Amino acid sequence: MPEAQGPCPMDPGQMDAALKRLAADLMARLRSEEEVVLLGIRSRGLPLAERLAILLRAATGAQVPVGSLDITLYRDDLTEMVGSPIVRPTEIPFTLKERTVVLVDDVLYTGRTVRAALDALLDHGRPHRVMLLVLADRSGRELPIQADLAGLRVEIPPGHRVAVKLKEIDGEDSVTVEAC
Amino acid sequence: MTAERYVFPHKHLLGIEPLSPQDITALLDQARAFEEVCERPSIKIVPALRKKLVVNLFFENSTRTRNSFEIAEKRLSAEIINFDADTSSLNKGETLIDTAMNLEAMHPDLIVMRHSAPGAHALLARHMKASIVNAGDGAHEHPTQALLDAYTLRKHFGKLEGLRVAIVGDIRNSRVVRSNLWLLTRMGAKVTLVGPPTLVPQEMKATWPSIDISHDFDAVIPKQDAIMMLRAQFERGTGAYIPGQGEYSRFFQLNPARMQRAKKDVVVLHPGPINRGLEITSEVADGPRNLILDQVTNGVPVRMAVLYLLSHPHGEQVP
Repeated sequence: MPEAQGPCPMDPGQMDAALKRLAADLMARLRSEEEVVLLGIRSRGLPLAERLAILLRAATGAQVPVGSLDITLYRDDLTEMVGSPIVRPTEIPFTLKERTVVLVDDVLYTGRTVRAALDALLDHGRPHRVMLLVLADRSGRELPIQADLAGLRVEIPPGHRVAVKLKEIDGEDSVTVEAC
Repeated sequence: MTAERYVFPHKHLLGIEPLSPQDITALLDQARAFEEVCERPSIKIVPALRKKLVVNLFFENSTRTRNSFEIAEKRLSAEIINFDADTSSLNKGETLIDTAMNLEAMHPDLIVMRHSAPGAHALLARHMKASIVNAGDGAHEHPTQALLDAYTLRKHFGKLEGLRVAIVGDIRNSRVVRSNLWLLTRMGAKVTLVGPPTLVPQEMKATWPSIDISHDFDAVIPKQDAIMMLRAQFERGTGAYIPGQGEYSRFFQLNPARMQRAKKDVVVLHPGPINRGLEITSEVADGPRNLILDQVTNGVPVRMAVLYLLSHPHGEQVP
C-alpha cells in the first residue's frame, strides 16, 4: 500500500488499480461461507461500493448486494449545527441478519462518520460482522476506529484535507491533498 | 461523506402562507427521507432530536394530529411533555401568555400547539424563544395537514404542478382548505372549490385568484385528478348554512354514482375524521381510489421533517 506524499496522491489509473487491489484483498479476507453485502456511506461511498461490486462479480461471478447509508441523523454534532444537513434516504433492500457488511467510504478521517454509520447500521439489523473499507485513510483520528482495508494511507498535516472526486458525482476520478 | 447544508429560513411553522415553493419542496423532500425511517423493519427511531424538548400544547380536541406529532417526536428521539388544557391552570383563569411564560421557564425547543383562536400561535411566537408549530388554529390554517396532503399527492402522481384538485364541502369552516389553497396554488396545481353557496365564501377568489368556484359537483368531477372531501363541521355551525343533511348529501356527497363520472385514475382524499354516509359513503371511503389512510401514514414523516428543519439554529430568520 503506497504511503502518499505530495499534492496528487491518486490519478484515475491509480484509483482504478487501488479499487482492484481492494476487491482482491476483500475476497482474501472473506471466508467462503460468508454472505457479504456492501453498504456505501452517502455520498461518495455509494459509487465506490457499486464499483467494488462490479469488480467482485467479475472476479467471482457472484452478485454482491449494494445498499446506501445516510448517516446525517446520527451525527454527534447534529443538534448544534446551524441549518439542517440534508437527509437522503438510506436504501438497504436486503436483510443484514447473519450477513458480513462491508462499510465503504471515500475518506477515513476523525472516525466520527464511521461511528455514526455503525449506529445507523445497527438500527437496520444485526449483521454477523462489519468491516470498514475506505479509499483513503488519513491521519487525524478522534475516535478509536480503524479501517480493515484502505486503498491509500496518508499522513497529512493539520489544516489540509483529502479531496476525493469520482466520475459518478464529480465527472472525474482523483484524490488530492488540499489546504483548507 | 457530504454534509450539504440547507437553511430553512423560518423559525416557526405558523402557516403555509409564508412558505415559498422552495421551502415547501424542501419539506416534502426531507419527509421522503424520514419515510424510510418509518418503514424500517427494525428500529424506527433516529437520534436527530436527542436532547431537544418538545411541548405538545393542545387546547382543542385532537386524536390523529396529536398522535401523529407524538409519534414523529418519538421517532426523532425528542423529550416530550404533553400539556393537557383540560387539566391546566387555564381552567383557573390563566391567560395564554401566562401559560407561555411558565412553559418558557422549562426551556422548550419546540412547541406544537392547537388552539381555537386564529393568531394564537403568532401571539405565542412573540413571547417565547421556542419554535412554534401550528397544529391547527380555528378556521385559519392547518399547515402540516396541507403538507401531508401534498406529500400524498406528489407521491402518487410524482408532481403537484398541473394537477387538478377539487376541494369539496364545508369550505367556510375549514382550516385545512386554507392551508391547502396556499400550498397547492403556490405549487402550480389547479384548484376548484365545490360546495353550496353558503359554505363557499366568494371572497376567497380575492385571495387566491387562480381558483375556480363551483356549486355543481357533478359538473366538476370528470375533470379532476384528485377529489379532496372535507368534513361537514356541525360543531362549528355548519348546520345553519344548509337546509338539511339529506339535501347536502344529495348534491355534495362523494358516492359510487359520482365516482362513475370521475376519471378512472382519480384519487380521493379526506383529512378525517369522516362523517360516513354524509359527505362520503363507506364504499368510496374504503374503495380502491382512496388515499385516506395513506394520508394518515404520511403524516408522521411529514411532521418529522417539519420538526427536524425547525430544530436547528437558523441563519437570518423570517417568521
